[in-house]
Amino acid sequence: MGRVDTDRVHVLGIRHHGPGSARAVGAALADLRPDAVLIEGPPEADALTGLVSELEPPVALLAYVPGEPARSVFWPFAAFSPEWVALRYAAENSVAIRFCDLPAAVTLAERGQAAAAGPEEAADGREQTRIDPLGVLAEAAGYDDPERWWDDAVEQRGQAEPGAPSPFPAIAEAMAAVRAELAPHPVDGREARREAHMRRILRAALRAGHERIAVVCGAWHAPALLDHPRVADDDALLRGLPKAKAALTWVPWTHGRLAAASGYRAGVRSPGWYHHLFTVPDRPVERWLAEAARRLRAEDQPVSSAHVIEAVRLCESLAGLRGRPLAGLAELAEATSAVLCEGSELRAGLVHDSMAVGERLGSVPGSAPTVPLQSDLSARQRRLRMKPAASPRDLDIDLRDDTGRQRSALLHQLRLIGVEWGVPRQDSTRSRGTFREAWTLVWTPELDLALIEASTWGTSVPAAAAARARDLAAAAGLPRLTLLTEECLKADLAEAVGDVLAAMTARAAEDADIEHLMAALPPLARSARYGDVRRLDSASLRDVAVGLLARVCAGIGPALSGLGDEAAARMVTRVDGVQAAAVLLGGDAEQEWLDALAAAAVREDVPGRVCGRAHRILHDTGRLDGAALADRLGRATSRATSPDRAAAWIEGFLSGSGLLLVHDTALLSLIDRWLARLAPEAFTTVLPLLRRTFGAFAAAERRAIGEQVRRPGRGAASAEWATDDIDTGRAAAAVATAAAAMGIAAGNGGGN
Amino acid sequence: MSVSAPVSALRPHAEQSYADELAALAKADDRPRPPGWKLSPWAVTRYILGTTLDNGTVIAPKYIGSRRIVEVAVATLATDRALLLLGVPGTAKTRLSEHLAAAVAGDSTLLVQGTAGTAEEAIRYGWNYARLLAEGPSADALVPSPVMTAMAEGRLARVEELTRIPSDVQDALITVLSEKTLPVPELGTEVQAQRGFNLIATANDRDRGVNDLSSALRRRFNTVVLPVPRTADDEVEIVTRRVAELGRSLDLPEVPTSMAEIRRIVTVFRELREGTTVDGRSKVKSPSGTMSTAEAISVLTNGIALAAHFGDGTLRPADVAAGVHGAVVQDPVSDGVVWREYLETVVREREGWDDFYRACREVSR
Repeated sequence: MGRVDTDRVHVLGIRHHGPGSARAVGAALADLRPDAVLIEGPPEADALTGLVSELEPPVALLAYVPGEPARSVFWPFAAFSPEWVALRYAAENSVAIRFCDLPAAVTLAERGQAAAAGPEEAADGREQTRIDPLGVLAEAAGYDDPERWWDDAVEQRGQAEPGAPSPFPAIAEAMAAVRAELAPHPVDGREARREAHMRRILRAALRAGHERIAVVCGAWHAPALLDHPRVADDDALLRGLPKAKAALTWVPWTHGRLAAASGYRAGVRSPGWYHHLFTVPDRPVERWLAEAARRLRAEDQPVSSAHVIEAVRLCESLAGLRGRPLAGLAELAEATSAVLCEGSELRAGLVHDSMAVGERLGSVPGSAPTVPLQSDLSARQRRLRMKPAASPRDLDIDLRDDTGRQRSALLHQLRLIGVEWGVPRQDSTRSRGTFREAWTLVWTPELDLALIEASTWGTSVPAAAAARARDLAAAAGLPRLTLLTEECLKADLAEAVGDVLAAMTARAAEDADIEHLMAALPPLARSARYGDVRRLDSASLRDVAVGLLARVCAGIGPALSGLGDEAAARMVTRVDGVQAAAVLLGGDAEQEWLDALAAAAVREDVPGRVCGRAHRILHDTGRLDGAALADRLGRATSRATSPDRAAAWIEGFLSGSGLLLVHDTALLSLIDRWLARLAPEAFTTVLPLLRRTFGAFAAAERRAIGEQVRRPGRGAASAEWATDDIDTGRAAAAVATAAAAMGIAAGNGGGN
Repeated sequence: MSVSAPVSALRPHAEQSYADELAALAKADDRPRPPGWKLSPWAVTRYILGTTLDNGTVIAPKYIGSRRIVEVAVATLATDRALLLLGVPGTAKTRLSEHLAAAVAGDSTLLVQGTAGTAEEAIRYGWNYARLLAEGPSADALVPSPVMTAMAEGRLARVEELTRIPSDVQDALITVLSEKTLPVPELGTEVQAQRGFNLIATANDRDRGVNDLSSALRRRFNTVVLPVPRTADDEVEIVTRRVAELGRSLDLPEVPTSMAEIRRIVTVFRELREGTTVDGRSKVKSPSGTMSTAEAISVLTNGIALAAHFGDGTLRPADVAAGVHGAVVQDPVSDGVVWREYLETVVREREGWDDFYRACREVSR
């Protein structure tokens, strides 16, 4: 068939997501006034172009296999994508739009095969490295980085004047030359099929009688669309392609996802910069640096206009040194750090990176076809018999059966991706067991939107939740990370747990604040136990928790000294938390923790309250017997110790429960003697502290202590009571039950 | 300032040692040169980073590291902004500043060494008091500072260790950098900076707090932070090159220096500096010293001298052990613990490091 009629067909060869290409496409379309626009994309999406005017970029076309949502392909579009410019132009001017790439059905079928054959990236990567047209051109122009060459040559051609000639014929010629250069390796396989399909659609458009057809496609394909082989050859290429069932829809996209190098045509390293280039009317460098200065000022950094002026000058002289027509992102980054931030790479990095990505979230109208995440969710809801309802409903879940576990996991996964269908309810009859969960379920219309938004994370609920968890883990601090671990476990995301734990191990090594570590430990230890209940492999979790505890043990010594009153109170709660965690972990880890505590407990520079608490723990765990404890208490309350410290010691020691004093009269008499011996002023000083301590006890405890003190003989209470007239026969049944519940052999009970 | 013959100098200036390279570059350089520059900015970056010219002349790299940093530094000098090189000790700040001055102005000798005792005269001008008393204030009695000379002649001035200079003296630079003039009220004249004048300052950001720059002064500088070498290979390259250079200029007898020994010293320094082993598996405590590349170089040079004069002519672990010990253990108590722990947990178990381990044990006993 030969050359195509260039009066009727205008091929606009672009770089995907190139703002310069987008501008050029806009100008070319306004100039050509085409009556049909062909765009590189899946033809099934033709039916969805009616929605274009209601979309707000970044958005993506999503193709998936119904019922198998994990198999999916995305075609993202940002405001600065040339394809998007063409779509908008066509929608605004009621011009026919045809997508001309291979059908999504074929792409999905190939994906399936590739996945069956081996890792899909391997196949894709090979195809890309074999043909690097930009690399060849860039090398010819003396550039080492093809992206930068394209930026300089096309994307940043200054602000092209309205009358400037269209760059597209030149691009097509250059590409034709490159393809001739690569002739020994002709285009084959998938690329050839794609181009054949593009030509097929183009021929159909010509046959339909369109007079001026604009084709927007990757620059590489331009020559193939201008110079046609025989129709029969194309037909032969396209015969018998595998096809999968494909459903398409629009989903909202984000700049962050565009920047993450994943999926088809993605991997735009700096969408924020491109968006800036595409949207600013003029002077992109000045405006960019002024914005960077504004952001720095918002963080209380003294950045003056003089800084901005000097930064612009540095950018220009750097661009001159490097022989670039206009300063690019690299020059801006260097000027931001050398001038605006006066050498602080860290601060510059924060500002620059956030601007380079320029996070923004697209939106899709509710009338867009259902996203796979929605169908995945409704499939799960049907399977688990959880019908969404607009009126609140309580749901109690028993985690011991399979359905219960799956229901709970689903609700937790949805919470992770921001769809708060279920909210945990504080159960009034809540038992301490971990096998029950109480929820309140309400489905509100906003949740539908949240679900559409969440579809950027994945196409099935677990996959989306796992992706979201990984994203959160990348930025979270230590305490948040342990909570996240717990959430992942509850959501049954075993693979995400591994990544979160890895992030946690790294963060724990960096974090010097021992209190952070202590705060992080309890939820983690709890998770290790949850893991058991949910039949997860909790060994790795335990390892991380034990590692964290080891770090706490190593750092606890210095962390305890020199604490103020409030800090000491906080530390007591932390110590209690770690103690609970250590008990859950058990084994050597628990012993090491108690060793560390024992070493800290006798130090004079540790606040009395913490010392007291440490002694209580050591006593409760059997590390310190009654006699040793009496010695320690005696020392803590001796004359040489200030009354404040002694009172704080006692507060820490007794906090929570005073029953100990009822049973251990030796301790009680020590405290009693200390109190009686206090000078009047000292007594007034410590009185509020003591009131606070004893006021926290239950009334019955207070009474029992009072009676104990009044008792003249001061015999042990239990001994006194033992002589009381008790009907052992009647008590036996109750004792046996209590003993069984507490897990002790019935014989031991009598000793106390 | 007359330049004496380089042959006898203990440490020749950069423009003396590399006169051939500079001449070859000037000949090949056809790009526009800013006023007062001996080379174009493009040629200056090539001089610093090393290259091979079309006529086959090899230009040795003077700074091994990111091209980006050198480009920002050169671009800064091409504007009228002053350049501040920041970094921990031993990151080649002084070296880079010297070579920049040599390439840009052909002269790296207009130098003010910053110390706690640096007076304003060192930055502005002083007087020849004999003449001042005899003749009264006159241009002949004035003793210009290197900065004043650089301004008058349109050359590059260098200020080393800027943050060690007292704050009030530092601020004398503000007028120089913003107004580009140095008034001499005693004579009723001023020295206006000629085109080509600029200033390179270096400062150590470890002891930044010593005399932190006022924000007015800070604003006059573009700041470039020099990092520690990014990869072990870069650092080995730097050390090898410098050790060979120093050995040549000190006329040390040729000592066969195995790459393995250099790599080992670099590994020790990197691990202690970064606090992890190279395989990333275990953590290591860091000593109080900086463990800079410059120290690694001096440990090796010292080792070579030992091997040449007292050893068997080959660099052995025993020759470097004492040097390493000295570099690590700055504080006898805490650093001693760090070093012993490192020896026992890391060095001891590493394959092929037995000799080094024994030699170090010998020294630290």
